[in-house]
Amino acid sequence: MSTPAGSTAAFTPTSRTARLSAGAADYLDERIGAARLVKGFARKVFPDHWSFMLGEIALYSFVILLISGTFLALFYVPSMTLVEYEGSYAPMYGVTMSEAYASSLNLSFDIRGGLLMRQVHHWSALIFVAAIVVHMLRVFFTGAFRKPREFNWVLGVVLAVLALAEGFTGYSLPDDLLSGNGLRIIEGVILAIPVVGTYITFFLFGGEFPGETIIPRLYILHVFVLPGIILAVIALHLALVVAHKHTQYPGPGRTNDNVVGFPLMPVYAAKAGGFFFIVFGVIILISGLVSINAIWVYGPYDPSPVSAGTQPDWYIGFVDGLLRLMPGQPEFTLAGFTLSLNVFLPSLVVPGLMVMALLAYPFLEQWVTGDNREHHLLDRPRNAPVRTGIGVMAITSYCVMWAAAGNDLMALAFRMSINDLTWFLRFMFFVLPPVAFVVTKRICLSLQRKDRELALHGHETGRVVRTADGEYFEVHEPLSDTERWLLVQHETYRPMAIPPKAHEDGRKPSVVERVRANLSGFFFEDRVEPVTPRELAAAQHHGEHEAIEQPTGDEAARRELTSGTPD
Amino acid sequence: MSDVQLPNSGQTAADEPDGGRTPVRFRNPGLPAHRHRMADFDPRAAKRAERQVLVMLGLSALGTIFFIVAYFAVPLDGTFATLQVSNITLGLGLGFGIFFIGTAAVHLAKTLMPDTEMFDERHPQRGTKEERDDAAAIMVQSGQESGLGRRPFILGGLVGAAALAPLPAVVLLRDLGPLPGDALAETLWDEGVRLALDPSAEPILASDVTLGSVFHVIPENLYESDHFLDEKAKAAVLIMRVDPDVVEYDEDRVGWDVDGIYAFSKICTHVGCPVALYEQQTHHLLCPCHQSTFDLTQHCKVIFGPAKRALPQLPISVDDEGYLVAQSDFLEPPGPSYWERG
Amino acid sequence: MRTLAARRRHPAATALLLLMALLVTGAAYTALAPSRADATIAPTVEGAVGDVDRGQELFLANCATCHGLQAQGGSAGPSLIGVGAASVDFQVATGRMPLAQQAPQAPQKPVVFDDQDVADLAAYVASLAPGPAIPEPGEVEATDDVEAIAAGGELFRINCAMCHNVVGSGGALTQGKYAPPLDDVENRHIYEAMQTGPQSMPVFNDDNISPEEKQQIISYLDHVNTTPSPGGWSLGSIGPVTEGLFVWVGAMVLLLGCAVWLGAKSS
Repeated sequence: MSTPAGSTAAFTPTSRTARLSAGAADYLDERIGAARLVKGFARKVFPDHWSFMLGEIALYSFVILLISGTFLALFYVPSMTLVEYEGSYAPMYGVTMSEAYASSLNLSFDIRGGLLMRQVHHWSALIFVAAIVVHMLRVFFTGAFRKPREFNWVLGVVLAVLALAEGFTGYSLPDDLLSGNGLRIIEGVILAIPVVGTYITFFLFGGEFPGETIIPRLYILHVFVLPGIILAVIALHLALVVAHKHTQYPGPGRTNDNVVGFPLMPVYAAKAGGFFFIVFGVIILISGLVSINAIWVYGPYDPSPVSAGTQPDWYIGFVDGLLRLMPGQPEFTLAGFTLSLNVFLPSLVVPGLMVMALLAYPFLEQWVTGDNREHHLLDRPRNAPVRTGIGVMAITSYCVMWAAAGNDLMALAFRMSINDLTWFLRFMFFVLPPVAFVVTKRICLSLQRKDRELALHGHETGRVVRTADGEYFEVHEPLSDTERWLLVQHETYRPMAIPPKAHEDGRKPSVVERVRANLSGFFFEDRVEPVTPRELAAAQHHGEHEAIEQPTGDEAARRELTSGTPD
Repeated sequence: MSDVQLPNSGQTAADEPDGGRTPVRFRNPGLPAHRHRMADFDPRAAKRAERQVLVMLGLSALGTIFFIVAYFAVPLDGTFATLQVSNITLGLGLGFGIFFIGTAAVHLAKTLMPDTEMFDERHPQRGTKEERDDAAAIMVQSGQESGLGRRPFILGGLVGAAALAPLPAVVLLRDLGPLPGDALAETLWDEGVRLALDPSAEPILASDVTLGSVFHVIPENLYESDHFLDEKAKAAVLIMRVDPDVVEYDEDRVGWDVDGIYAFSKICTHVGCPVALYEQQTHHLLCPCHQSTFDLTQHCKVIFGPAKRALPQLPISVDDEGYLVAQSDFLEPPGPSYWERG
Repeated sequence: MRTLAARRRHPAATALLLLMALLVTGAAYTALAPSRADATIAPTVEGAVGDVDRGQELFLANCATCHGLQAQGGSAGPSLIGVGAASVDFQVATGRMPLAQQAPQAPQKPVVFDDQDVADLAAYVASLAPGPAIPEPGEVEATDDVEAIAAGGELFRINCAMCHNVVGSGGALTQGKYAPPLDDVENRHIYEAMQTGPQSMPVFNDDNISPEEKQQIISYLDHVNTTPSPGGWSLGSIGPVTEGLFVWVGAMVLLLGCAVWLGAKSS
């Protein structure tokens, strides 16, 4: 089906090169079954959309991290042994520092291209996580996590967490003042874990902070353990993408049972392969022009100094921000033991809950909708107002935490009081997310109404016509079938009926049933249903306005439909 | 069965009151007519696209050559100026060398490769009835052939042994580090240990600490320690001299200062950053990491931010030669809170 | 000797002795104690030698409202007795004084006085009581000696970076106060700030940071401010926050732009 007729004709060996490649193909096929592989995969169809390239940006920056990281590893020395710096960076001459920091300086100042590679590595690390986030947002807002892709969403969340861990271990390796203070904060955070915190820090740091083993230990995690796991999970993630075939946006000709796009060979290979070079090229260009983490200005790690504006890389910023927002009160001493909830809650409990929520969402939504079908057509975000609202709410609270991590720099730049700003953000942490939810949901519903309006009445033409009776109306140009399809193709869920006081067999509805019904109400009570052919016919026939406002079907039919009990 | 509530799916037209003359849902109109590109019907446009791709490939080659030339032409002599030139030229050369390969490939795919959309069919993940029955039969058969169902002790033993087997991996990690003991509560400060300047370790005369001054302090014997960074991470101290009258009188701490010279731990009680910012007019100490603010006039009680406990005060006095010395170690563990701290 | 011994008990002797003691003390005081005019060498600012009397006139006209007619201080401004010429030079020649309005801290504004005015004011304030003098040009000259720069960097990180940031980009303090950026500050003023501890800044006297070490710090800052950023655009040298910002508004936008181009149908 995916192979146009006649495309195999090119294989008739006519020229010398063709004969050679035919020979090679034959050789490979007899040994690894290349023909079956090519037939099975080469003409696999991938839908084409810019937002489907976001995961690619993440994947490619990971490959770039592997390449540039390997170069760095040729020169970097993961050791905390103290040496006196004798490299060519004058302002550090004779300063005592760890070999890790000294080798990072050498890499930057004495190896040609070393600074470029360090900057490539660091920029692609930041872009890696940013691309993961954008990719996740795309998947979330379009509902691409729905059955059968729930596991792949879970794998994606796991990858995001691994990426954070990989980023943080890398951030610490140069052993400069900035990364050392970051490690110090990590030590404080781990110490705050009830009961076992002190033991974990002593095992992690090989004794007291900073000790002499943490850099080599982070190094092996950073260059071997974590990348190995990430690679394995990426392989699974992609294998599932192939197995499920990519989702596609709704549109004329696109159904839940097909996938419309371009074949892997040659179009998609050229596009996706070319995009690797584009991402790589852009990152190198940025690294040549924009400085990142100028480790030489920070000096070697020493527990006494600190720089104003000490922040983690952006992706850890939300944790740092939450640490800043949290007031100190919830630290208690109980029966001779100290419970530092002021540290434990914002740094470990809340991020943990955030990850749990991400992992659970697809399953939660499926439980609420009770929809057990496979979904390969993506949702337009407006057509899932509550989900979109939840997403924007999450983004908003993330951004408040994120902003809090830069409160000192904002206070400095805008000449504000850091205390007032912190109080403002504490307040906003509770106020903004619900506001964002309500506003987003309302916007989605309005957009849906606009879609209905458009589907029913077509485009406004601006031509006003006077009828013989003296009535004025504006001429609307009806949509073509293709145009209309996007506005009417989606399905709307209706809330589950609240379970009756008792089932027919006398059994009372369980708490779970009631929770589910209430959640279903929360998700789907406010909804705008797509135009049906009957409504359109009515609208065209009567030209009446009421038809737009009336939801589909008569009330009795709906009651009948929704009265089924969940089983 | 599913209890999904879908008003506009799954119904047949016959359910409708009008007897099925109007369908319940719109029908998918199918793919719109293909719109051809310029290059599909205009040979000149195709030629132009071909040239553009070639130019990009040429630019890529130029970039790569530029990189190699720059690598050898710009030596690193330790100055920032040459390093900057080196970084920019290498970055631009390599960057364009790679970037234009990408744009060439994508442009080629967009303009000259077929852009007629193709279809693949999807198949549900769920297997057919026969496949599922076969799979179930295989699983049942392998269960029977393994015999584990009939020999429950072997199954139990297997599970037990397999659960035990990873334990050595956990045990092996025991020697990652020593047990904490009292390490976090003990610092180099002790009776008679002189307060010294960071990093020179020169002792400090009480008379040198003038009003409004702040000194960053380490124990004089710090560098004698084998692990001086570990010790510094606990023992770093800040001394400030203020008018003794501004400090709130605390009966328990009489004689801990020397004429208004106060010594406090520099390690934040929140997560351990150095609380090094001293505002000499307000007598506030601020941690730059998370903005915990401590008030010197109230013995460094927390007045803002995420820390709970006051900074531990180091009792100090003056020795015979006029140098500042500690009276003892801190009376409580300095630095971030931990479970056993009490 | 006898006559003297004999007259010891004369009633006038006590009075005479007291008179002599007073004379001697007075003479010694005049000889040893600093007189108002030549208490120290008259302060000079960029070559302009300060004049006490003119300084007093300027003071009465511009500063006395807050600092009091005798510079004794008041509710609106601190006493200036003993703050020294260095303090006056720092506050006035950087435009911090005179203060435009009450604020969390005095911002830098365009300088009101010329060098001569500053020198005169400094001379007047220095004449009230001894205090830190304006440093000689030689004391504040930046060197390009590698070891001095390295030592200065270490001292800067320990004593200054927590407020002013490792490369002197500035930082926030509590309640709207801030440590200003140090990229555009004259060496003399850096020295004076350490010496006098203006506003929130603590004092770093010569026993804490010796004059030689102060010069090393100045050399380090000069090095930081005069060398280019080797990695390219420095994004303000304030660390990961602007880098993160750049990733989102620069790099990601660029990459998304490329993706949009890739996904768009060719015309």
